[in-house]
Amino acid sequence: MSILVDERTRVVVQGITGREGGFHTKQMLDYKTTVSAGVTPGKGGRKFEGVPVYNSVQEAVDKEGINVSCIFVPPPFAADAIMEAASAGLGVIVCITEGIPILDMTKVANFLKDKNTVLIGPNCPGIISPGKTKVGIMPGSIHRPGDMAVISRSGTLTYEVVDQLTRAGFGQSTCIGIGGDPIVGTTFIDHLKRFKDDDGTKGVVLIGEIGGTAEEEAADYIRQEFNKPVIAFIAGRTAPPGRRMGHAGAIISGGQGKAEDKIKALQEAGITVALNLATLGETALSVMGKN
Amino acid sequence: MKLHEFQAKDIFRKFGIAVPDGELVTDINQAAGVTRKINGPPWVIKAQVHAGGRGKGGGVIITNTPDQAVSSAKALIGKPLVTKQTGADGVMVHQVLVEEGLEIDREFYLSMVIDRSTAMPTMIFSQAGGMEIEEVAEKTPELVLKEHIDPIAGWMPYQARNLIYKLDPPLSSESVKSMMSAMASVYKVFTTFDCSLVEINPLVTTKQGKVVALDAKMSIDDNALYRQKNLVELDDPREKDPLELMAEKHNLNYIRLDGNVGAMVNGAGLAMATMDVIKLAGAEPANFLDVGGGASEEMIKNGFEIILKDSRVKAILINIFGGILRCDVLARGVLAAAEKTSIPVPLIVRLEGTNVDQGREILKNSDLEFLVAKDLSEAAEMVANQVSGAS
Repeated sequence: MSILVDERTRVVVQGITGREGGFHTKQMLDYKTTVSAGVTPGKGGRKFEGVPVYNSVQEAVDKEGINVSCIFVPPPFAADAIMEAASAGLGVIVCITEGIPILDMTKVANFLKDKNTVLIGPNCPGIISPGKTKVGIMPGSIHRPGDMAVISRSGTLTYEVVDQLTRAGFGQSTCIGIGGDPIVGTTFIDHLKRFKDDDGTKGVVLIGEIGGTAEEEAADYIRQEFNKPVIAFIAGRTAPPGRRMGHAGAIISGGQGKAEDKIKALQEAGITVALNLATLGETALSVMGKN
Repeated sequence: MKLHEFQAKDIFRKFGIAVPDGELVTDINQAAGVTRKINGPPWVIKAQVHAGGRGKGGGVIITNTPDQAVSSAKALIGKPLVTKQTGADGVMVHQVLVEEGLEIDREFYLSMVIDRSTAMPTMIFSQAGGMEIEEVAEKTPELVLKEHIDPIAGWMPYQARNLIYKLDPPLSSESVKSMMSAMASVYKVFTTFDCSLVEINPLVTTKQGKVVALDAKMSIDDNALYRQKNLVELDDPREKDPLELMAEKHNLNYIRLDGNVGAMVNGAGLAMATMDVIKLAGAEPANFLDVGGGASEEMIKNGFEIILKDSRVKAILINIFGGILRCDVLARGVLAAAEKTSIPVPLIVRLEGTNVDQGREILKNSDLEFLVAKDLSEAAEMVANQVSGAS
């Protein structure tokens, strides 16, 4: 099993004719993702790698019956693209774009409040249910189908973790990058709730980093309601305060967002925290037992 | 991007937020003339640096004669200022703001940020002005008042009343009016200039009942600089580390740290985790460098050159998990940098992911001397061994 995306997923790529959008559309097609449509305003009627291109998301929905969007449009136009996909009624929107102004995201968050849409990202690698579908930019080859879930604020760090899991013999049900921005569409808790009800998920790896309080909130939720084993890792124990560590959201400010506080909150909730990234696979083995 | 106090106050003035009469002095010879133009005594001489904690660090001097104003400016300009935010070496002061001194009645704290968990712009107001707000929040949380703002409706007057009428003792009716207007203007400044922070500490009421911003801090959301072209000109490169400035020009995420192990990594999360692993192995990272998920050969080359320019670096670790960034691109970038400069320190390379075999092959067939780590833990051990051997 898996959550949010599977073999029934039909993807529209917004920004399909751009450099990033084009490259990753090919990668997704190689992974056997059903990319049913692309959208680039003004380029409707063309085809890209055999995929029909439309001028609007609504048109793509009407003609191709898509249910998930993957957004690659540049930052100045990304908020508009998310709202367009949501207003066309898509259930899942994955926004890869990095660098969206935060004031734009306050408007997006407000816009999505009364919509039935799950926004993943922005500034994220996307979501993959190995063996079924991949909506995003992660390398498909490191993943294996299985029953560990991964939720992460990072990109390449997630690949490292997935690689270690796969080498340790753990496949994955669904891996989600929730994004490295201060405002993201969905949090750890949103997805933990889904994994709780997913029979195909036996355990969860949670990858956090400095900045904000999302990990502390997740720890609180896990202690109260989550009934499956969780293994966590927090990046940035050596990060200096007040500096933005690559991700817009990865900053310790006003004494908030320190790695130590997050690790402490997770440990107090009974969660095993791998303190060294290099040992995450081993930690998973000791918590989950050998499959 | 951070603005200087005098730059933020110029903006405040245009938006109707009262600030003390004042003028910037960059050359000490101007100090006497400027002081005579400004209402006083007393005058306040304020070092213009981005770092906070200036008051306690001796960067704010109150003077009573023009002569004192000049000698205070002399004491600040051209010398490093050490505050608790600067590190032991301090930051160089290039300019000071000369301002009129005011008769203060009460001090407040007023700021605006984006609250991450509600995804809303949020105004923070406190009657405990002039102190560090984190400290106030910890010791007397009831004194820190907040109003979340609907991003579509914007700041509404009732929100100002919510904050102001909680004050004890209450404000005079004249001050209530000016305070309401100052709050509305702060919201306007925040949204007009894509700020990530507007902070006034202290915001004061004078003996005459006026509401005046004695200090001003503004930070701009870097993601929005493409539409804030006028503000980009206000950026002060002198405030930045030269290597960080170089990285910025090449669109690289680089932050200089105190250790001696240079690191080049793709992706911010993995770069942070790599720093942590270096530390766990008993060494200290010299930098954070994220060449990005989709770095080009050129960016890799530039990033590697920046690390090589850092004379403290005793060993270099390249940790790449190829996804969008292919390992062969990385390898060619490193070789391009190595062609230009010799690499005087041990180089440890850990490659994994997309096109890893090609990447390893390219490095192996070159003249480059390097150690291959099969995984992250081995990489960290090798780094620690190299550094301890070198010292």
